[in-house]
Amino acid sequence: MDDFIAARSQMALSLGFHIIFACIGMIMPFFMAISHYLYLKKRNDHYRKLTVAWSKGVAIFFVTGAVSGTMLSFELGLLWPEFMLHAGPIFGMPFSLEGTAFFLEAIAIGFFLYGWGKFHPWFHWYTGVMVGVTGLASGILVVAANGWMNAPTGFDYVDGEFLNIDPMAAMFNDAWFTQALHMTLAAFVATGFAVAGIHAFLLMRGKNKPLHRSALKIALSLGAVAAILQPISGDISAKDVAQRQPAKLAAMEAHYHTESNAPLIIGGIPDEKNKIVNYAIKIPGGLSFLAHGDFNAEVIGLDQFPEDEQPPVLITHLAFQIMVGCGMILMLTGILWLFGQWRKKPFVEAKWFLTLLAFLTPLGFIAVEAGWVVTEVGRQPWIIYGIMKTREGLTPMPGIVYSFWLYTFIYLSLCGIVSLLLIRQIQDLDKKETPLPTYPR
Amino acid sequence: MLYVVIAFLYIALLFYLLFGGADFGAGIIELFTSDAKKEKSRLLTYRAIGPIWEANHMWLIISIVILFVGFPAIYSSLSIYLHIPLSLMLLGIIARGTAFIFRHYDPVKGKLQKVYNLIYVYSSFVTPFFLGNIAGTVISGRINPAAKSFPEAYLFPWLGYFPIAVGLFTICICGFLAAVYLIGEADDYVDRILFRNKAIWLNILTVLTGGLIFLSAYVEEMELLNELLSNNVSLTALVLASISLPILWYAIRNFHYKMARVLAGFQVSMILFALFYRLFPAFVIMNGAVLTLEETAAPLSTLNALGIALLAGSIFILPALYYLIYSFQKKRFDQDTDIVNMVGGEERRK
Repeated sequence: MDDFIAARSQMALSLGFHIIFACIGMIMPFFMAISHYLYLKKRNDHYRKLTVAWSKGVAIFFVTGAVSGTMLSFELGLLWPEFMLHAGPIFGMPFSLEGTAFFLEAIAIGFFLYGWGKFHPWFHWYTGVMVGVTGLASGILVVAANGWMNAPTGFDYVDGEFLNIDPMAAMFNDAWFTQALHMTLAAFVATGFAVAGIHAFLLMRGKNKPLHRSALKIALSLGAVAAILQPISGDISAKDVAQRQPAKLAAMEAHYHTESNAPLIIGGIPDEKNKIVNYAIKIPGGLSFLAHGDFNAEVIGLDQFPEDEQPPVLITHLAFQIMVGCGMILMLTGILWLFGQWRKKPFVEAKWFLTLLAFLTPLGFIAVEAGWVVTEVGRQPWIIYGIMKTREGLTPMPGIVYSFWLYTFIYLSLCGIVSLLLIRQIQDLDKKETPLPTYPR
Repeated sequence: MLYVVIAFLYIALLFYLLFGGADFGAGIIELFTSDAKKEKSRLLTYRAIGPIWEANHMWLIISIVILFVGFPAIYSSLSIYLHIPLSLMLLGIIARGTAFIFRHYDPVKGKLQKVYNLIYVYSSFVTPFFLGNIAGTVISGRINPAAKSFPEAYLFPWLGYFPIAVGLFTICICGFLAAVYLIGEADDYVDRILFRNKAIWLNILTVLTGGLIFLSAYVEEMELLNELLSNNVSLTALVLASISLPILWYAIRNFHYKMARVLAGFQVSMILFALFYRLFPAFVIMNGAVLTLEETAAPLSTLNALGIALLAGSIFILPALYYLIYSFQKKRFDQDTDIVNMVGGEERRK
C-alpha cells in the first residue's frame, strides 16, 4: 500500500465511521423528543423509560460522533494539507457556521442529559429538541463543504491560483441542495429502520411490549416516510449529477460509451479492461430518461473523458447498485408498514414482519455508506472537481501506512466498545425495573 | 475584521487551555487519588464536569476552524511538520472523551470499568502534554522546512528539551486548574482538603516545570527569557501573574474557592497573554522562516465572512453556555435525580 492509497483509505474509513455516528446523533434526538413529548402529554411511564433509554443511546453516539468529527477536522490537514491550504478559505464558511451549531449541540445535550428534574419539563424537552435541530444543522452545513468539492464555485482559477474568493457563493454551490436533501432523508431512513429493527427484535422477545411498540412506531413512522420520499430526492440528484459531473454518472451506471437512447444497467459486474458490463439487466432508454427525462437523449459516456480523468467504474457502479437496492427494499417495507398501520392490519406485529424488520436493521446504513462511496469515489481522480487532483493534495510526510493502521485499530476498537455498550444497554432495558429520573410532582 | 478573527483565535485557544485543560486535569488528579477515595472522587468529577465537558472541548474545534479558514498556511504547515504529535494529541482526545462517557453508560460495572479508568487517566496526560509540546515546538524555531531526512523533518522538531518542558508544564497547569476548580465542587470537608492539598502540590509542580522551561530555553540557546522580559507589556503580565501567586496560595489555603478560581484563570491568561503579545503578529517560528498571522491571513472576503460567523455564533453560544454553567452550579446538589441519572448502574451494583 503506498502513501496515497493509505491516505485515501484512512480518510474513507474515518468518514465511513463518522457518518454512522453523525446520522444517529442527528436523528435519534428527534425520536427521543417525540417520546418525551408523548410522556409529558400522556404521562405514560413507558414513554419516560423509552426517552431515558434513547437518551443514553444519544449520549454514547454523540460523544463518539463528536470525537470522530474532531479527528476529521485534524485529518483533513494531516492527510491533505495542500488541499486545505487552498480550499480552507473558500469552503470554510459552512465549517465556521457548523462550529456554532456543534457548540450549541454540546450545550443542549448537557442541559438535556443532566437536566431531569432540574428545569421546567418543557424547557427540558426544548433542549432535547435543540440537540436534534443543531445536529441536523451541523450535518447539512458539512454537506455544503462536500458539495463544494463536487461543484466548486466562489473563486476564479487563474494560472493555478485561487482568486476573487467569495465564501458565500462557495457555500451555496450547485450540489449543496441535492446532496443535503438526499443525506438528510438518508439519515432519517437509516436511523429509523435501525432503531425500529432493534425494537422489533425486542418486541419478539415479549418483554416491555408497550415500550417497544411505541418505540417501533415512532422510529418507523419517520423512517418510512423518509424512505418513500428518498427516490424523489434520488431522481433530483441523478439529474443534477448528469448535468454537473457526467463522468460520475457514467461510472455509477457503468456507461462506457456515449449514446442516445442509453440503457439503464441494473446490477452486473463491469469489466473495466474491455469496457463492458457482464450479467446485467438492461432497460433500453432507461438511463437517458432518468438523466434527462427523455428516452432518446444522449448520455455522455466515459469515452468522453481522458483515461486519467475517469473514476473507478467497478466500485462506483457496485456501490450505486447496493445503495439503490437497499433503498428500494426499505421503501417497499415502509409502504407496507404504513399501509398496515393505516388499515390496522394485524401483520404489523406478526412474527414474520418483525423478523423482516430485525433483518433490515443495518440496511439503511449500508445504503448510506454505499451512497458516500458513490459520491467520493465517483469524484476521483479529483479532490476539487475539475481543479485539483486528489494526489496533489497529499501530505509530503511519508509513512502514512502506519497512520492508516493506527486509525484502523482505533476505529475498530471504538466499534467494538460501542456495540458492546449498546447490547448491554438494551439488555439492561428489559432486565429489571431500574430507577428512573423524574420530575418533581 | 482580521483582528476580530485573531482575537477569537487567541480567546478560543485560551479557553481551551482553561476549560478543556481543567477537564483533562480532572483525569490527571484521579491518578493521584488513593484507591479508597477514587470512587467518590469519580462521582464528584462526573457531577462537576459532566454537563459541561463536551462544550469545553468545542473551543478546540473553534480554534482549528479559525486556523484552516483564516490562516490556511499555518494550519497546513503545522499539519505537515507536526503530524506525529498532532496525531498523538488526537489519540488522547478520543480515548479520554469516549472512556469518560463509556464508563458511566456501561450498565455492567465489571472488569471493563478498570480498562475505562486506565484509559481515562492516562489519556488525560497525553493530550495536555502534546498540546504543550506542540505549542513549544511552534514557538521554538525547531521546525525545519529545509530538512532532508525523516527524523530531521518530523521527529526532532518536537523531541527537544524545550518542547518537552512545555508539555510537562501544561500537564501541571491542567491538573492545577482542575484541583482549584474541584475544591469548590466538593460536597464535604474531607474532599475539600483532598483537592486543596492537590492544588498546592500541583501549583508547586507548575512553578518548578515553569522553571524547567526557562532552563531548557537556556540550554537550547533560545532567547525566550530575554525576549519576554525585554518587552514591557509581557514583563508586566508575568509580574502580575507572579504577584498574584501568594494571594492564590492564601485563597486556596482558606478555601476561598471562587477567588482561587479567578486567580488561577488569571495567571494562566497572563502567561499566555505575555507570550502572544511578545510574538504577535508571528504565530509559528520555524528555522529560517516565520509565519505571521497577518501574512498568512486568508483574503479579506473570507475573513469578513469568518468574522461575522464568529460574532453571530457568539451571540448564540455565550448566553447558552453561561446559562448551562450557571444552572448546574446552582442545581448541583439535587442529589436524587443526579444519582439515578448518572450512576444508575453503580447504584444497583451496591
